[in-house]
Amino acid sequence: MSKNLRFKSSKLVDETYRISFKFNNKTYFGYKGDTLASALLANDVHLVGRSFKYHRPRGIMTAGSEEPNAIIQLHDNTSRTEPNVRATEIEIYEGLVASSQNCWPSVNFDIGGINNILSPILPAGFYYKTFMWPKSFWEKYEYFIRKSAGLGKSPKEADPDIYEHKYIHCDVLIIGAGISGIMAAKMSAKNGLKTLLVDEKSFLGGSSIYDNSEFSKINNQITSSWLEKEINEISKLENLEIKTRTSVAAFHGYNFLLARENLTDHLPMNQRENKIRHRLLKIRAKKVISATGAIERPLIFDNNDRPGVLLSSAMKKYIDLYGVACGENNILFTNNDTAYETAMSMVQRGIKVNAIIDNREEIDSKLSYEIEKNNIRIFKGYTVVDTYGYKRISGLSIMELSKDGQKVIGKKIKLSCDSLGVSGGWTPAVHLFTQSGGKLKFRDDDQVFIPNKYPSDQLSIGSCNGDLSLEEITTNTILSVKKFLNINNTDYKTFEIITGINKSKRNIWLLPSDKILGKTKSFVDYQNDATAKDIKLALREGFRSIEHVKRYTTTGMGTDQGKLGNMHALGIISETAGTKMGEHGTTTFRPPYTPLTFGTIVGRNVGKFFDIVRRTPIHDWHVTNNAKFENVGQWKRAWYYPKVNENMNQAVQRESKAARDSAGILDASTLGKIDIQGTDASEFLNRVYTNAWSKLAIGKCRYGLMLNEDGMVYDDGVTTRLDENHYIMTTTTGGAANVLEKLEDYLQTEWPELDVYLSSVTDHYATISVCGPHSKKIVSKVIPDLDFSDEKFPHMSFKNTKIGQIKCRVMRISFTGEQSYEINIQSNYGKSVWKKCMEAGKDFNITPYGTETMHLLRAEKGFIIVGQDTDATMTPIDLQMDWIVSKKKYDFIGKRSLYRSDTIKDDRKQLVGLLTENPEEVLEEGAQIVADIKKSPIEMLGHVTSSYYSPNLNKSIALGVVKGGKKMLGQKLIIPMENKNINVTVADPVFLDKKGERLNAKL
Amino acid sequence: MFLINCPFCGEREQSEFKAGGEAHIERPKQPTELSDDEWAEFLFMRKNIKGVQFERWNHAHGCRKWFNIARDTSNDQIKAVYKMGEKPTVK
Repeated sequence: MSKNLRFKSSKLVDETYRISFKFNNKTYFGYKGDTLASALLANDVHLVGRSFKYHRPRGIMTAGSEEPNAIIQLHDNTSRTEPNVRATEIEIYEGLVASSQNCWPSVNFDIGGINNILSPILPAGFYYKTFMWPKSFWEKYEYFIRKSAGLGKSPKEADPDIYEHKYIHCDVLIIGAGISGIMAAKMSAKNGLKTLLVDEKSFLGGSSIYDNSEFSKINNQITSSWLEKEINEISKLENLEIKTRTSVAAFHGYNFLLARENLTDHLPMNQRENKIRHRLLKIRAKKVISATGAIERPLIFDNNDRPGVLLSSAMKKYIDLYGVACGENNILFTNNDTAYETAMSMVQRGIKVNAIIDNREEIDSKLSYEIEKNNIRIFKGYTVVDTYGYKRISGLSIMELSKDGQKVIGKKIKLSCDSLGVSGGWTPAVHLFTQSGGKLKFRDDDQVFIPNKYPSDQLSIGSCNGDLSLEEITTNTILSVKKFLNINNTDYKTFEIITGINKSKRNIWLLPSDKILGKTKSFVDYQNDATAKDIKLALREGFRSIEHVKRYTTTGMGTDQGKLGNMHALGIISETAGTKMGEHGTTTFRPPYTPLTFGTIVGRNVGKFFDIVRRTPIHDWHVTNNAKFENVGQWKRAWYYPKVNENMNQAVQRESKAARDSAGILDASTLGKIDIQGTDASEFLNRVYTNAWSKLAIGKCRYGLMLNEDGMVYDDGVTTRLDENHYIMTTTTGGAANVLEKLEDYLQTEWPELDVYLSSVTDHYATISVCGPHSKKIVSKVIPDLDFSDEKFPHMSFKNTKIGQIKCRVMRISFTGEQSYEINIQSNYGKSVWKKCMEAGKDFNITPYGTETMHLLRAEKGFIIVGQDTDATMTPIDLQMDWIVSKKKYDFIGKRSLYRSDTIKDDRKQLVGLLTENPEEVLEEGAQIVADIKKSPIEMLGHVTSSYYSPNLNKSIALGVVKGGKKMLGQKLIIPMENKNINVTVADPVFLDKKGERLNAKL
Repeated sequence: MFLINCPFCGEREQSEFKAGGEAHIERPKQPTELSDDEWAEFLFMRKNIKGVQFERWNHAHGCRKWFNIARDTSNDQIKAVYKMGEKPTVK
């Protein structure tokens, strides 16, 4: 394992900068510029992981984001550790720690490897078939299945890194900085268009940047040198922004794209502090040019997955870009000319090519003749039928293909190798194009799907458009970009292209073997261990749709989304089913193109920035006075104010008692407040509330119930008539925004003839509610000039007044059933008025209470809370609130629905009071209510919606909804709990002060 | 995420808007005179077509105005944007 397969002078690697890293607890060395994959290969490490299902040893297969096998666990700490990182993408840095996934105890000796031996009994659909039966056993299987499912480990602590989102607007976005992308960027930027060029790699130039043989030339210059000059030129262009390490994740409609810019993953840990790790770019481009290139196809033959088997183009890349040979005794296996370029790179560097196996019987390209001249054996018309070696390929056997390519004939020849490069031709990377809604067409000549119909202002160029030769790429790029961007002049005139390769190809989706298919393991999806056999099994079992075959066999469902093998799956399906390729279409490519970290997705919206927090003007006082808070929508509301050694229950009991016996004070600033003005304001309220409003006198308040058009209770609150054409409506805290939106909707769309104006004034006023028998004395002290006598200031009325110089409104309204005054004052005076009230109430045991006590007090009075005692299925009639529904009004929102056949049924769930047999027993909110416990299945009649222990009544009280509950007064029902049944009696929902005498009580 | 050309503010991103369902369903002027079926037709029945659909949208995080759009549901192309009370310019 200590071999060094690195040679000098490569394109990307800085040999003066040595980096140490750890893989599976062993220290290795690489150089700056290396990916983890290239550094491991340089150390002759191929075995990097175990496959998902059979735990077969797997090695590095590619040199890019399409990698299916070399996915590793990065970092060994619990906060940064990250699963499924592609070793082919991560650039090494000093101190990098990585390990293999899906193996135990180690990648070299993995217990799960037993699955490989058991594979005959683990066919496609194994889990579906086996664990469905017997049904009741699922609970027993689940634990083991879950344990073996999933790749890698997720971090257990909060992510310490910083992420952000950024919007970018540009004229032209070019995805991919290969040769066609570079050319397009130059044409676009030089013509004054604001251009953004992104590439997922750390360098520009794509695969042409290491195309440095005499056999590939543009205008008499070696392709890579020509391209280098181009890159040099565009990097100086003003209109052009270039982003490397930036992977486009999603291409949505309207040319809206998401890209992840990777800013620090390649830096040593000590250089990352306080820097943004990933940036999610939200790009709006007027025009998009996709130049995403093509992905080389593997070949499908028996045991094609052994460590040491790589794509031939990846081998070339490791040689030319990183200066790393993948083996010392290489064999190439191909059905087209690509592998000869790899062979040429090896020959140039003196790396041994043992043989080339070519499916084709005839080969006619300059490069192939050159290779033959170098005394390299070429087996024409042959195929690999098997490979040997377990943790590393050690050899293979080949046989001759029959004329039709369906069988193998002749004698088996064994060859030795330590590395095998495969090439099955190229697949245009159309993932982003199809994400955007683009439609593909199938090209029969070379079996590729290429873009056909563009759904937005976009263009595909280069090999992702099916232009696979250098000549096509250059010529077509210029022509199509000129037309697309409406450009007349470019720097590009004529191109003289020299290449050593031709387009000829002999495509066989599933290569024949001397063994029967059932005895082979020809992998189509390496990551998910789906074989050709599995796909054929799925077809035999009746699956026809590619989407169904995909799900049944899990082909293409790994983290790589089957970038390598999906085409073969399609090919095998159409061959087996006898249909034409292209008819099936492809499976759906979904975003993201490569996985995104959660951090990238959420950006800065974490911690304090996760959601907006709204605080009342009196918030600080609550904090100082030890309030516990509850979230109501975005609001922080004081929940209860525990004294030292008091728990929640004790605090609430004390607060509730004080509010009724002496005085309580509540911060009600969060209630929604809508200012309503206009000559038709009264008519408007008539239409939106169930009760009548026209006759409400100026200075009076009224409770209103608002329905949806379907008759269900939507919101409630008190509205006050401030003037002839001026009202202020209060809504529930959580419903404020929705109510305003709903009212605006009706005003703008249904009743535009009404002269009414709405504005939200929720945040403009602080609302302080003082209640209890002493409340009048307290508010009189705070506002001495105002006459608070019952005659002058009766219940359900309001006064304009002043505290000092500051105008305020005082409403005498009550949600607790106690005499109660609500002071509304400009927000910034809220806290000082609150303090004044506290000061004034000192002698009267004024007690601040929170939402919990408020809920308890209103429950004693049977007042509903919309959203707690109601859901979207309760009409006012169900709530026993018939009194608030006007019989006289011709229409209001929801009126017609109140006498639909469904809403007039007697057995609807209706709101009732519930009293427990044992007055100390407090019911659980949400508990089910039943009548007959013996019947099976037990019929659920309803559930408990509110439940408290009332300190004022000294017993447990509850509200609930019960089918036909209105008629059940006095009836006994049962609340079945986990370990007991609680007996309850249906009662009137008003538990306290049924006559409302406390509203005017005098002490 | 598409762009909507608010008739009051101009082109803005979809995230500023709130969809409000099918357009041109007028609230009956005299609901009390409708049968249950007729009322249910207004209340519940909505089209869900593939092709050009007329929809109500609200510029919720902008001018708060309601307006209509004609959107092709198969590709999200917006064929027309028009104010409340106006007739669509496309079919």
